[in-house]
Formats: sequence, C-alpha cells, structure tokens
Amino acid sequence: MVEHVLQTLPQVVIDGLALGAVYAIVALGYTMVYGILELINFAHGEIFMTGAFVGTAILLSFSAFGWLSSMPILLALLLVLVATSITTGLLGMGIERVAYRPLRNAPKLITLITAIGISFLLQDFVRFVTELKKGNYILTGPSLFTEQVSISASSIWSGFHDASVKSSFFIVLVTAVIMMVTLDFFVNKTKWGMAMRAVAQDRETAALMSVNVNKVIALTFFIGSALGGATGVLFAIQYGTIDPYIGFILGLKAFTAAVLGGIGNIRGAMFGGIVLGLLEMFAAANLPIVSNGILGAEYKDVFAFSILIIVLIFKPEGLFGKVSVEKV
Amino acid sequence: MKRKKAFSIFTSATLAIGLLAGCSADKTSETAKNNGEGGGGNVIKIATQSPLSGGAATLGESIKLGAQLALEEQKEKFEKLGFKLELVPYDDQADPKKGVANAQLIGADQQVLGVVGHLNSGVAIPSSEIYEKYSIPMVSPANTATDVTDRGLKTVNRICARDDFQGPAGAKFAVEKLGAKKIFIIQDKTAYGTGLAEAFKKGAEEAGAEIVGFEGITIGEKDFNGVLNQVLAKKPDLVYFGGMYTEGGMLIKQARDKGITVPFMGGDGMDSSTLVEIAGDAVKNTFITSAAGIATTTEAGKQFAEKYKQKFGKNIESYSAYGYDAMGVLLKAIEEAIKANGNKLPSREQVAEAVRHVQDYEGVVTKVSFDEKGDNKYAKIYIYKFEEATYPARLEDEVSK
Repeated sequence: MVEHVLQTLPQVVIDGLALGAVYAIVALGYTMVYGILELINFAHGEIFMTGAFVGTAILLSFSAFGWLSSMPILLALLLVLVATSITTGLLGMGIERVAYRPLRNAPKLITLITAIGISFLLQDFVRFVTELKKGNYILTGPSLFTEQVSISASSIWSGFHDASVKSSFFIVLVTAVIMMVTLDFFVNKTKWGMAMRAVAQDRETAALMSVNVNKVIALTFFIGSALGGATGVLFAIQYGTIDPYIGFILGLKAFTAAVLGGIGNIRGAMFGGIVLGLLEMFAAANLPIVSNGILGAEYKDVFAFSILIIVLIFKPEGLFGKVSVEKV
Repeated sequence: MKRKKAFSIFTSATLAIGLLAGCSADKTSETAKNNGEGGGGNVIKIATQSPLSGGAATLGESIKLGAQLALEEQKEKFEKLGFKLELVPYDDQADPKKGVANAQLIGADQQVLGVVGHLNSGVAIPSSEIYEKYSIPMVSPANTATDVTDRGLKTVNRICARDDFQGPAGAKFAVEKLGAKKIFIIQDKTAYGTGLAEAFKKGAEEAGAEIVGFEGITIGEKDFNGVLNQVLAKKPDLVYFGGMYTEGGMLIKQARDKGITVPFMGGDGMDSSTLVEIAGDAVKNTFITSAAGIATTTEAGKQFAEKYKQKFGKNIESYSAYGYDAMGVLLKAIEEAIKANGNKLPSREQVAEAVRHVQDYEGVVTKVSFDEKGDNKYAKIYIYKFEEATYPARLEDEVSK
C-alpha cells in the first residue's frame, strides 16, 4: 500500500502543482478584494471563466489568420495573456462600478447577492455568445505546448515511478509564479500597494490621508480580475476544453483555498491554493488504495474540504491569517 | 410630485389595458383557429422531447431534426387522409424536472398523439410515467437504460438496444477481439454511466478479464489526472469509460498526455462529433459501442444523410436517423390506427396499441418489431473504432441479439 502510494507520488505532486497554481492565482483575486473591502466577490470565478473564453477566442482567431504558426509561440502566449488580462481587468472594474460601488454602505448580504447575480449574468452571456458563434457552448482551443517531458524520478529513488508532463505544465507554473511574485512585490513595495494596504486597514482614515479610496478600490478590482483572466488563459491552455460553467466549481475551490490560507492574506492565498491542489490530486489518486476501495476517487473533494474544516476549527483565521481585532 | 403620481397611474392603466387586450386577443384567435379547422378535430400533433440546449444539445437537436424530416415527408400523405400533421418540439434540457413539466403540457394538449424522445434515460423514466397517465405513446430513439421498458408501461417503446445488451457486447469485444486481460473502469456516477459501467464489468468478468479498478469522476470537473494516475499505476490493457462525451473527451486527452496509450472504450454517450473536437488527435485508438448504427452504410441511409444535409445544412449525428425512424414508426402506427378507426381521428389508447403492434417496419438504420415490453427485437449494438480524428468513426463490428 505505502509502496503503491510512493510509486505514483512524483506524478501526483506534479499534477497537483499545476492544479494548485491555478487555484492559487484565482484565490489571489478573492483575497485581494476581501482584504480591502471585506467583500467576497463571488463573481470572480466567472471573471476567470470569461478570461478563459476571451483567451481561447483570441487564440482561435490567431490560428484562423495563420499567425499562430508564423510567430514564436511564447510571443503569441504573451500577447494573449496581456490582451485577456486587460479585458477582464476592465470587466472587473466595470462590475465594481455597477454592482458594488453603489452598495458600498449597504449591508454585506446585499453585495453578496449582486455578486451572485453578476456571476449568473456572465455565465449566460458567455454561453449566449459562444452558442451564437459555434452552436455549442463547449469550446476547444488550439493545442499549444503539447510536447511530453519525462521526469526520471526513478533516478532519485528507485521506489518512484517516472513522471511525465505536458510542457504546458511548466508554462502554467512559471507564469503563475511570475504573477504571484509581481503581485506580492507590487502590494508590499510600491506606493499604490501601500495605498491599498492603507485602505484595507481603515478606509475612512486613509481617505483623510488624501488616499483616493475609489481609485484604489477600482485598481484592486482591475488587478484581481486581470490575474483571474490570465489564469483563465492558462487553464484553457493546460486543459484545452472549456465551458461557461467552469468558473463555479473552480471559484468555490479557490475561495476555499483563500480561506485555508487566511482570507485577506496574499501569501496565504498562494499557499492555500497549492496545498488544496496537492491534497485534491493526492486524494483522487490514493483514496481507494488507502481506504481499501471503500472510498472512491470521486470523494476527493470531501477529503479536501474536511481538511479545511479541521484547519478552521483549530485555527479559524486560516494557516497564515492574523487574528483580526475588531476595529473600534 | 403630483405629476409623478399622475404619470404612474397613467402607465399602470396602460399596462392593465394592454394586458387585458393581449388576453382577449389570444382567446379570439384561438377560437378562430379551432373553428377554421373544424373544431381542431383533424390536427395531429407529435411532440419531440430532447435537450435542445445545454451540454448534450448536439445529440438532442439531431433527434428533433431527424423526427422533423420524417414528419415533413409524410405530411402530404396524411393530408390526403384528411389530417394535418404538426411537430411540437420541447426542450427537456437533459433535466428530469423539465422533462416531467413538459410531459404535463404534452398530456394536456389533446391534439398530441405521440412523443418521440428522449435522449437521456434519466429524463425518459420519470416523463414516461406522465405519458402513461395520459396514454400517449412514446417511441424512444436513444434511451438505453434497462428501466425504461422494464417497468412494463403500455405506452413506452424504444427502437434502440438496451444497456444490459450494450455493456456485455462491448465487454465481449474487448476481451475476445482486443485481448484485454486487465481492465480499468471509470464512470461518471449518473444513472446512465454507472448502469453501463456495471453491465460492462459483469460482462468482462464473465468473459474472463480482471477488473483492476472501478472509479468514479464528477461531472463538470476538468481535471481527471487523479484518476488517471491510478490507471497509470495499475497498467491495464484497456480503459472503459461509462459516461458522456464531454468528460470522455477530456479523459482521453489527458490520458494520452500522460502517456497512457492503451485503447479506450466507451458507450453510446461518447458517440458524438464533439468527442473528436474535444479530444483531437488523442481520440485515435478509442472504441465505442453504440446503440446507433451509422446510417450511411446503406443506400437508404446515404439518401437520408443527403436529404438531412440539404435541409438543415448539418451533417447527421448518431441519433439523427433514429429520430427519423422513431417518427416513422409512430406515424405508421397512427396511420394504421386511423384506418382501423374508419378513417376518423383515433384515440390515444388506439394509437398506443397500434405502436406496440408495429411489426417489421423497415427504417433507415434499423428494422423495428416491438416485443411485449416495448423493446425492439431487431436492435443491434455497433462497435466503432476511431482511427483518425474524424467523425463518424469506422464500423468495426455488429452484434445482434
């Protein structure tokens, strides 16, 4: 049994990292908005989904014009990432302006409801456009980065089996790390980042200190949504097929990751995302073996969420969170 | 302030009048229609129910279009008999609740004499309870679950094969023709997927293969690497998937990315051009068992495919011809019921009885004779292989009962 688990471990870790990286960047969007507005932006999963669709649409039109074969593939990826993140960033700002800003002083529950409303709106809008264009809302993009890379884990220790990955795995991981590090730098080291932290701490006082609160919040939404959109592109490249409902389950899990790491904490969200991805993959691959066939792979989510509940019982502020003191 | 109030009163008054006018206009036009057609006595409506939106819309629409084609071709014949045929398509959204709600509407419409549908067994089973209540005959082009006809309802018939025939037929092929000794089974936890996977498992074990894994996945997920890592560890000779083409396509693609090169096998839920679109080149070396035969192997089938393409601008899908044949069976029964009733409009019960008595109907893809349960005696299972990333796949084998 243990031997079996160990054999597949390298492959499980690699797949878990790829999934975890996606969770982590989506979780960043939740955490940023929550950290500043104490608002759970439930439309974030749908922004991610919109990003996946916009990115795939751009890639498809690139290949229709024949540009995909004529330009370096990394350049194409970069163009798509930039274009998509600007689009979804602006979309996020628009959502904030329309659905959240007018309600900023309303009870929390009301903004939660508009958030859910926005997410349904986005789902159906994307579905409508895709069905109009394609007659079917399941979209499959051109496959990029399909070379197989074999990682000879068995040379490290003979008990491991070799793992193999698609090269898109590295693209996802590297891009995710770049995005996370840049964001971390931006929030902790720049003037705008300082303004964001100030608004997060106390909106009124920050306003008195001549911080333009509306601008800072709009910027937060822009960055959070741009990251979400870019992740959508990465997701579409890694998994190939997307539909308008991918944002729901993934958004829920990314939210969980944010809570696991301590919601409002950026490093916590990254950590939580990676942990959740690894846990989920480990559970899917090993649950039947460990439980002797009683629990199947389909119980992976129960497993991951149970861990979340345990963490929250014993450390309710999350793994990285600080105990918040009620503002007086 | 005053003006505002006056304005609101004015608008609500307009709305109220508009509503009243709308209602009355509706009523008058309806009565006019009924009068014009001799009290509605000579209109025969046939309903279709299949998912026209949602993930299975590709297959659902093909059923509707096939049925529509058959209906339009026979319109003239029925006009000579003095009846006007009408198609009323319903969208069940692959959702049992929606299917049952639609079935209530169909039952309430006295002019409906038959239903062609559904695509999903999970929808057909509860909906057919309603059809039975109103005695509306249903001819199903695509429901393979055993429970559809095993409940012994008088109105439920199907022209395709059953799962307890499809699963073992696939298993026999996998073990005997492909030489699979160790088989890994994945299913999607739906009534369809689990039922088929279990029927396959039983058949494979009887044929002498070893089942090295029986795992479930969740519909709507996109990452199946966890389950595939188990497949990788168990090194099976064949992977069987019980489920629909969306998950099936992703599963095959991710498996090939992981270097799992063994053949995949699936049921009729994977029989769709979207499977090829999703999986791309990875679809090579995939086998599917299907209750649906390729229409284009016969001369009549080729003509049908051409007519279909010409009329709708689309290529036929697996169930297009079955939709066509299901409608054909239904219309033949209605015609016979009319004749038996002295060229007058038959009742629903008479039509239901006539449907069950249909013998040796020659359709485009299948011959139809119903047994006492409503299953087609001539139903076959077809086994296809994807050798290229094109749809439809190549016919490999045919299994009859």
